[in-house]
Amino acid sequence: MSDVSSALLPPLRARGPVITERHWVRRLTIAVALVFLFLFLILPLVVVFVEAFRRGLGGYLAALQEADAQAAIRLTLTVAAIAVPLNLVFGLMASWAIAKFAFRGKSLLITLIDLPFSVSPVVSGLIYLLLFGAQGVWGSSFMAHGIKIAFALPGIVLATIFVTFPFVARQLIPLMQEQGTAEEEAALTLGASGWRTFLTVTLPNIKWGLLYGVLLCNARAMGEFGAVSVMSGHIRGLTNTIPLHVEILYNEYNFVAAFAVASLLACLALLTLALKSYLEWRHGAALAGGASH
Amino acid sequence: MAHPTEPGRAVDIRVTGVTKEFGGAAALHNIDLKVRPGELLALLGPSGSGKTTLLRIIAGLMEADRGQVFFGGLDATCLPVQKRQVGFVFQHYALFKHMSVADNIAYGLQVRERANRPPKAEIRRRTAELLDLVQLSGYESRFPAQLSGGQRQRVALARALAVEPRVLLLDEPFGALDAKVRKDLRAWLRDIHERTGKTTVFVTHDQDEALELADRVAVLNQGHLEQVGSPEDVLDHPSTPFVMTFLGQAARFSADIRDGRVLVNGKPVPVAVQRSTIGRASLYCRPWNLKPAAVGQGHHTGTVSGVRRLGSLRRIEVSQVDGTKLEVEVPLRTSLRLGEEIGLEILDGMIFRED
Repeated sequence: MSDVSSALLPPLRARGPVITERHWVRRLTIAVALVFLFLFLILPLVVVFVEAFRRGLGGYLAALQEADAQAAIRLTLTVAAIAVPLNLVFGLMASWAIAKFAFRGKSLLITLIDLPFSVSPVVSGLIYLLLFGAQGVWGSSFMAHGIKIAFALPGIVLATIFVTFPFVARQLIPLMQEQGTAEEEAALTLGASGWRTFLTVTLPNIKWGLLYGVLLCNARAMGEFGAVSVMSGHIRGLTNTIPLHVEILYNEYNFVAAFAVASLLACLALLTLALKSYLEWRHGAALAGGASH
Repeated sequence: MAHPTEPGRAVDIRVTGVTKEFGGAAALHNIDLKVRPGELLALLGPSGSGKTTLLRIIAGLMEADRGQVFFGGLDATCLPVQKRQVGFVFQHYALFKHMSVADNIAYGLQVRERANRPPKAEIRRRTAELLDLVQLSGYESRFPAQLSGGQRQRVALARALAVEPRVLLLDEPFGALDAKVRKDLRAWLRDIHERTGKTTVFVTHDQDEALELADRVAVLNQGHLEQVGSPEDVLDHPSTPFVMTFLGQAARFSADIRDGRVLVNGKPVPVAVQRSTIGRASLYCRPWNLKPAAVGQGHHTGTVSGVRRLGSLRRIEVSQVDGTKLEVEVPLRTSLRLGEEIGLEILDGMIFRED
């Protein structure tokens, strides 16, 4: 029956596409996207590595082993090691509060969490400088107790935290809202304490989303330039993070060293991208929430 | 440690003066309810009636603004949910997605403090026993996503029973299941209840479910407890018009009460009232309280606007002059045409005074 009717009808291709664009439109769109991607993303990335290895592997390694570069790497790792865990805790608490409780000013809190995304990092750096600088509102009293915040590690950490705090929360809020509170309530009725419930029920449900948020948060924490630039004071070997160090080297026409150090950040980006894709591929359902149940 | 299928000492649940408000609107008004030991009680009401709120207050998942909750002699009002030892079953199962069936069931025992935690072998034995009770032996290592809705709800019940709860509370336990599974699970829940003997409260908006399953039914409407009684009681002696209309089809007629007689449109109805009552009232009639009559005869008139077969009977829909419709049950042999004008004779009904 179906054989007969299909034999009588003209083949689909001859009638032209029904639900999608014509072939040449599709090809052109894809081509434009690829060319754009190549010119603006892949080419610069390649250039970074080409420039970094211009004087061979020896020159590359020498640039990385130089004392100031080593100090910058150490500082960046230190800053990330402080800022990322703090943002992890903050993001967890904020998304927990937003997803599981009803309270006044909830939508305001959600909006505020997004603030760092909408404020220029330089502006946020300046605000911190006004607050914590030597002549700042709180800075002077900290100075009086011998605590230096601006142009020192605490200032850089503060600026980094500000810029990166939305990442974990933004990732978790929709996820936790989606999952609701029923599983937690079930655990409570079974006698589990709040902490136990969090560890055995909440955390397993959000772990992939949390990891994803931490990954993005970390990439941004290590790569942040604007806010940190204002707060650090650019003291070589002391308050220069990797991005700031790259800038200094570049301004000194030390291109090979600049690109060599920059290649570290490029590698970090590639690694982040790879992990992110892996998480999306492997745990896509858990990241989007709900669908796995 | 008691065997899960062995009837333990069941306790009663007493709720006194419970009031709860949400943003100024009262969800529960001064509720007094006593659930007898070992009883299966249904909290029945339309959505928004406060039935789930009351159940959650009993469980300790919600706090009442006023009032107390007792389990037997124990004042549970100020006990946190973890200490109340209630078995709670959620409408959407709320199984732990990332744990196997066995781990779900064992959870309540695993999270106990070391001193009260049974040894591993004992936990395993109890889990196996409960799986057997809910007829899911062999499903230990499955995950919730691999189970059907009915199976998930059975796991949820086993998980709730694992902690040897004082009482069992079920929030619309069959609400998310299809009709066939729901019917099977009803009979099965009744069976489990008889075997465990736990005092059980379940919430439902389905009258049939409540009437078929429960020893007693508590009917809630807009935060008020309208009536508590056996299924027979609430069906045959509804204490308010709401209970009358919520528990089945009922047509309302305006009636006058005079000289110990009930009059509808001036004609007496064979419904008994006390001699002393007088004034206006509402008369509610079930479809089988009405009988078609010749036009001009009977207490009322209307037009046949629908005929349905209902098992061994026929149910006809009669449109009244004001556009409202009522239902009348007639024997199969009665021949009535659509659009035919008929009279209606009232055989019986429930009188509610209008105040």
